Amino acid sequence: MMWDFLMHNSPALIIAVPLFAAFFTPVIGRFSKKAMYAWVVGAMIFTEFLVLILLYTVYTYGTQIYVFGARPYSMAIPPDSGGIPVRIIFTVDSMSVFMAFIAATVGLAGAIYSVACEKGQSGQEKYYALVLLMIVGMLGMVLTGDMFNFFVFLEINSLASAALVSYRINKGVSVEAAFKYAVVSAIGALMILFAIGILYGEYDALNMAMIASRMQFTTLDKIAMALILVTLAMKCGSIPMHFWVPDGYGKAPGAISAMLVAASQASLYGLFRMCFTVFGLAASHITLGYFLIILGLISMFVGVTMALVQHDIKRLMAYHAVSQTGYMLLGVGVGLATWGTPAFSQYGFAAMEGGIFHIINHAMYKGLLFLTAGAVIYRVGTSDLNKMGGLAHSMKYTTIFFIIGALSIAGIPPFNGYASKLMIYESVYQFNPLLAVIAMIVSILTLASFVKVFHSAFMGPKIYPDVKEVPKSMLAGMAILTFFIILFGIFPQLAITYLVQPAASALANPIGYISRVLGGGP
Amino acid sequence: MLYNLPYITVAVVIAIGLYAMLYKRNLIKIVIGLSLIESGVNLFLVSLGYVQGGIAPIYTNAPKTEMVLPTPQALTLTSIVIGVATTAMLLSFCIVIYRHYGTLDSEKVRRLRG
Repeated sequence: MMWDFLMHNSPALIIAVPLFAAFFTPVIGRFSKKAMYAWVVGAMIFTEFLVLILLYTVYTYGTQIYVFGARPYSMAIPPDSGGIPVRIIFTVDSMSVFMAFIAATVGLAGAIYSVACEKGQSGQEKYYALVLLMIVGMLGMVLTGDMFNFFVFLEINSLASAALVSYRINKGVSVEAAFKYAVVSAIGALMILFAIGILYGEYDALNMAMIASRMQFTTLDKIAMALILVTLAMKCGSIPMHFWVPDGYGKAPGAISAMLVAASQASLYGLFRMCFTVFGLAASHITLGYFLIILGLISMFVGVTMALVQHDIKRLMAYHAVSQTGYMLLGVGVGLATWGTPAFSQYGFAAMEGGIFHIINHAMYKGLLFLTAGAVIYRVGTSDLNKMGGLAHSMKYTTIFFIIGALSIAGIPPFNGYASKLMIYESVYQFNPLLAVIAMIVSILTLASFVKVFHSAFMGPKIYPDVKEVPKSMLAGMAILTFFIILFGIFPQLAITYLVQPAASALANPIGYISRVLGGGP
Repeated sequence: MLYNLPYITVAVVIAIGLYAMLYKRNLIKIVIGLSLIESGVNLFLVSLGYVQGGIAPIYTNAPKTEMVLPTPQALTLTSIVIGVATTAMLLSFCIVIYRHYGTLDSEKVRRLRG
């Protein structure tokens, strides 16, 4: 009975649980700090559990839809509505639930990590409430099947993230970064709303599946598509719209930087969803595919070259996040450019799998690296690499976690970065050898940059004699992400069979998505 | 011409907002520009749902059946609420920035570079 309830209502509960927890956090925090930590971490564990249930359901029974306010909950089109899905519908296919898994896992690690890391700070009730709201935003963005709902969750996510970036005022610098991020994401979200208005005016619908099935691809649609795609490319931090990334990631608290990675990837999901499902059937695949490929190439290359010259540990990692986003855009872009041709089954699908696999790998290892950077800053008090040194003597576990993360981002076996990068190299090489060569060069430069970080922060004589290992809860947060890095590195087939391959096939099958919503029935 | 008047207004308001965001150096004026763009988008949504001679979409005791579309109004209400939250947050950022930097000139509020 309970199990059935959880299974049928999991899409709604995944949003409801953290949202409810977020608004109760300040109330509980008034009475006891310990109870509040337990409440927040408990809510995140429950959300993760619900995501796992949903993952199982979608893997076994296929795409799930959840219609809010309908009885039964799977009735997308009411009999008296004239064939239009009037209610808000969550359409959960394998790609959505894959992204939800990433958001919930990184959020859980971030929440556990924050317990010790933010212990000395004031205003913790608000911090945890905002953390939970940010997770609601990410989960909502990836689960929803409604354009306006997508906009609302995007705004929840950006408002909460901007407020969290400025959490430690840090002589005003963090607030400057947050102002930049908030202005850029607010104007982007307004452009998306404008585009939604255009689409609504044309097609009388807000549901993604309905819009996709009625798509005429007129000039107005092209304007709407440009507004949506450019905004989402900006939100996922690809060059040339990357300027908020180094500031925002670099000045946020450690756990928030890790969660911002997952938040950017929720936007990346939005970009792929719009490219494939909403506009994919009508627009030219070649144009859209090359749009993604070129964005990916520029992001990869410029990101890593900008990273090489940085002295600030988190700013350096932020540029690497830009560069790694390029791999995902490249992989999925090659898939989109070859979509519908024989080349798709030869190598295009493999490229998409590689790009999508890289999303989860990047969330895990970049999250881990940001958490280790946060741990170093927590103990040393500075983020300047030139002032660090010899931390390996006293922070053994952090050093090990950093080495795992650094080897993984550089694509060294047996860690997960290698598994997905190899898939991207192999398939992209068949599309165009030059692209694969550039991707490999970027990977080498990434390794060079992380050798520099490792050398200047962890090696050398002991500069800080009284530095100790970080508290256990921070180590636990890092250990969660490390577990997935090693698991996906040693058994990549496990992740590919259960997570990546269904996600890639779901993304490449917009007709299935549309007919699941409009066809009705369970 | 008169039928398109709301859309022309939308374009003008959004253009003024973009101008303020791009060319004004005071952070408060940037926030004002953002508010203007938001108003323009809201006006766009509301005018999309307008039906000539329509009444408010309340079915109980309705005198006639020509009604304006309710969905864009719901969207606009949501968007207004979000806009208030955004503006409040940005203005509070401005207060903190002024406290620490002593200025709101965007040319001088530039400690993050590289």
